[in-house]
Amino acid sequence: MSDAMTGLNRLDGGLIDRSAELNFRFDGKSLEGYGGDTLASALLANGVRLMGRSFKYHRPRGVLSAGAEEPNAIVALREGAFTEPNTRATTAELFDGLVARSQNRWPSLAFDAMAVNDIMSDFLTAGFYYKTFMWPAKFWEKIYEPIIRHAAGLGALSGMSDPDCYDKGFLHCDLLIIGAGPAGLAAALTAGRSGARVIIADEDFLPGGRLNAETIAVGDAAGAEWAAQVAAELASMPNVRLMTRTTVIGAFDHGIYGAVERVTDHLATAPDGTARQVLWRIYSKRSILCAGSIERPIAFANNDRPGIMQAGALRAYANRWAVAAASEVAVFTNNDDGHRTASDLAAKGVKVTAIIDTRADAPDHGDAEVLAGACVTDSRGRLGLSKIKVRSADGSQRWIKCGALGVSGGWNPNVHLTCHQRGRPVWNEAIAAFVPGAVGPVGLSSAGAASGMFSTAAALTGGAVAAVNALGEIGIKAKAMAMPEAEDAPVSITAFWHVTGKGRAWLDQQNDVTVKDVKLAHQENFQSVEHLKRYTTLGMATDQGKTSNIAGLAVMAEIAGKTIPEVGTTIYRPPYTPTAIGAFGGRSRDETFRPVRLTPSHKWASEQGAVFVEVGMWMRAQWFPQAGETEWRQSVDREVLATRRSVGVCDVTTLGKIDVQGADAATFLNRIYCNGFAKLPVGKTRYGLMLREDGIVMDDGTTARLGETQFVMTTTTANAVGVFRHMEFARQCLWPDLDVQIISTTEAWAQFAVAGPNSRKVLEKIVDPAFDISNDAFPFMACGEITVCGGLRARLFRISFSGELAYEIAVPTRYGDALIRRLMEAGEEFDITPYGMEALGVMRIEKGHAAGNELNGTTTALNLGLGRMVSKTKDSIGSILSEREGLTRDDALIQVGFKPVDPNDPVVAGSHLMNIDDPANAAHDQGYITSAAYSPCLESSIGIGFLENGATRKGEIIRAMNPVEGSEIMVEVVSAHFVDPEGERLRA
Amino acid sequence: MIIHHPLLGPRDSAEFTYLGDANLIDRPDWQDKKAADKFYEYQYLRNNPAGEHQELWYHEAGDRSWLVVTRNTVTHEITKVELARDVARARGRSK
Repeated sequence: MSDAMTGLNRLDGGLIDRSAELNFRFDGKSLEGYGGDTLASALLANGVRLMGRSFKYHRPRGVLSAGAEEPNAIVALREGAFTEPNTRATTAELFDGLVARSQNRWPSLAFDAMAVNDIMSDFLTAGFYYKTFMWPAKFWEKIYEPIIRHAAGLGALSGMSDPDCYDKGFLHCDLLIIGAGPAGLAAALTAGRSGARVIIADEDFLPGGRLNAETIAVGDAAGAEWAAQVAAELASMPNVRLMTRTTVIGAFDHGIYGAVERVTDHLATAPDGTARQVLWRIYSKRSILCAGSIERPIAFANNDRPGIMQAGALRAYANRWAVAAASEVAVFTNNDDGHRTASDLAAKGVKVTAIIDTRADAPDHGDAEVLAGACVTDSRGRLGLSKIKVRSADGSQRWIKCGALGVSGGWNPNVHLTCHQRGRPVWNEAIAAFVPGAVGPVGLSSAGAASGMFSTAAALTGGAVAAVNALGEIGIKAKAMAMPEAEDAPVSITAFWHVTGKGRAWLDQQNDVTVKDVKLAHQENFQSVEHLKRYTTLGMATDQGKTSNIAGLAVMAEIAGKTIPEVGTTIYRPPYTPTAIGAFGGRSRDETFRPVRLTPSHKWASEQGAVFVEVGMWMRAQWFPQAGETEWRQSVDREVLATRRSVGVCDVTTLGKIDVQGADAATFLNRIYCNGFAKLPVGKTRYGLMLREDGIVMDDGTTARLGETQFVMTTTTANAVGVFRHMEFARQCLWPDLDVQIISTTEAWAQFAVAGPNSRKVLEKIVDPAFDISNDAFPFMACGEITVCGGLRARLFRISFSGELAYEIAVPTRYGDALIRRLMEAGEEFDITPYGMEALGVMRIEKGHAAGNELNGTTTALNLGLGRMVSKTKDSIGSILSEREGLTRDDALIQVGFKPVDPNDPVVAGSHLMNIDDPANAAHDQGYITSAAYSPCLESSIGIGFLENGATRKGEIIRAMNPVEGSEIMVEVVSAHFVDPEGERLRA
Repeated sequence: MIIHHPLLGPRDSAEFTYLGDANLIDRPDWQDKKAADKFYEYQYLRNNPAGEHQELWYHEAGDRSWLVVTRNTVTHEITKVELARDVARARGRSK
């Protein structure tokens, strides 16, 4: 039976490609497998039973399953930045050159020093986290937790950026079929032939499900052959999408499913530009869960030794992968299905040393000695099973030799997805398992083993009928085809969960939870299912208890003297199996994390060597360094002084622009802003303050009236989207009959601030002669539609954020680049200076203008010193609630300026203000500083912020404390208008 | 979730922004004698039913319609979708 070339334990037959010899490495050792192998099957074929160490006790562990439920054989795949920890060897498809490493062991898998935890197991039982290290508290974070984290755990990340790329996609179908076993294939064939749009997805790379793992015939063909034929027919149908290597991970609302397709995980290297995995969002009208079932173990002392596995897995390895886990095997079962393992392995020439059946009426098919009414009570073998101890019906005990033991405690329908919207599975006594409840995701039905129908015939018929029914609900007529004949054995099982006796009997092998831990949880009154899970960690970690939850529950029921349905069950949530975070991110990472918005002058600014800063999605010039400037402050100070001395220019396109038109536009704005807009004359601009309905300031900006029925509003960059949404709400929901239309024109116009005493002179050189922009003709706050540069339409606003004589000029965006170049040319004789965000910020702080730091969602018009702007003679959003007592207190925080007593002290934004003689604590807090900058005009650091009763405290000296940075300085309370408080410059 | 937009048909909820209770349509009269109390209730007091709920959704990545969606907060079943403008008019709002 053994095959010396590619492994010790290779049998004949199987669904592997012996012509494709694949070399791979496990813990540095070179091994060989075949095409069609998983890492687990190839390791078993090479006689490797020890594949990992357990989470807590570092017990030697081997493979338990042959599928996604695997708790033990968890390995790290690939190397360097491509390392993927915590991968199940049972689902990892073998490829040539695969490198895999075991985890959670040191220094080696065979000798793990951390196994000392196993000896200390009395100390590490359920709830040990909560009980052991309670005192002294400060030791927990610094000492206990790092030690435990080091000793207990799974794989380690590479610490490097993930070099793979991921993608997302959207699919639509009439019918989604989850799982391509006998039920799924029958459903897909039925639906596909009806012409419906069908998606059938399976996590395996080979469609067929258990048909590939069994020796069951379907009609005249072997099950696996029938599956291959159906898969080929489905692949040929244009209306069917057969997706292999695709796990449906979640059932979401309204027929939407999430699925991860592993596109290149089975390849040594992904072709350039190919996404490693694709996260699909599948929109289905109906769906059928054909996800099969998962076999559950029976707990007995030392049942976690490498070589002890699910009976169904033992024969899956033999039938599909032609691997005998050992040369001598035994079976421990409480149901008829376990006997199939003995029959199949015996037929393959493997010696079956015993079938231990807990039932007194166990069948005997003549494959091996059957011990009826018996159970396995213990096992031996340091790094792998060598023998089991069996207690016969008469109470006598003996040791039986075997290198592998197949255990079957019955099968649990894979109800996972039916619980994703809080559906609760229901107990079915006949099969001693939970089946999908009546209430699950709308449109989802189930068929085959997932619905508790375990025979092949029932799966085929059930799948076909489910497809006909599902399609019928959406008006598609499908014909129920006659399905080929197959075995239709009834389920014969007597529930049996654990063998009583001494020694630790494992329920959850991944989390090292034993029967004793469940007993302890019960004893300490953690008896509800949810408490049991959290106290013992049963069912947590990467396998989410797929093989352990029900047994844990059953043990709790037994101890509590209740039935299983009385104890209840935990339900499941997405994802079905662990999913790479990268798949959820898709292409939204690094530079493409989100869209980038560039201002119209971006190219020009880049040419000038501007330093850029992210402002939301926008990239804005922060400052423009010049030759010889080594530090940012040099650039910023120069830009500020040059602007105040002569003229500067700044791209302000990012501010939100909203075009408001209609007969009722003025009325509408009058309600959106708390100050009056109804009487704003055409050709004028006004500062507007916008409140939320609760009276807090929402946003501010200038709005220009270009015509009787047309306004252009500006918003802050940050609130452009939110303000527009708010205005649409007001327009549609509050005043639906106002004649007003709004549209965002932020990206339609390139807008530049031209500021400084020489700004008019610069603009006069580009504004067409027909337009008079002298101070008389175009005074402060004037606005108008003009032409520039010989006929280019433009908008001119005489508004100022810097406090200087200033304008904002807008042209259609596509002319923005040309305009900045023309402005620079025209301004050359005045030494026009481009300035960035920092200089803009310095100048607005010098003027005491509020910005995002001040409009921070907690401040009122009163706080900002703008209380009188809130009109009481009209209806506007927020005006009523802004008058609430708490918002109009006499000692309210008022915006003021701060200057350090020692000009060398930097004012720090975020500092809190304290009276000199008060203790520095929250009870004595007087306010806080919101914005700070170095003012090159005052040659001092300055700040603005909010101070209790601030308006009456000018000249007072107080403390500005920043405990986070450990700074404390003395500041003088001053007017926030540091520069030109009378506003003479901007009217010049 | 899928929201059946009255003008645009079935749309993924990812295209929408959620606001909250559709009672936000019923903004009180600012000249009401009890305006302060009524605005307080309007702004802060909301029902939070486990079951059918009328709520405002904004088709921000679409046609900018505000919608009133009747959704069961337990099952997420959506039984009705209306243009908020129509609902507002039906509730007597105008100019």
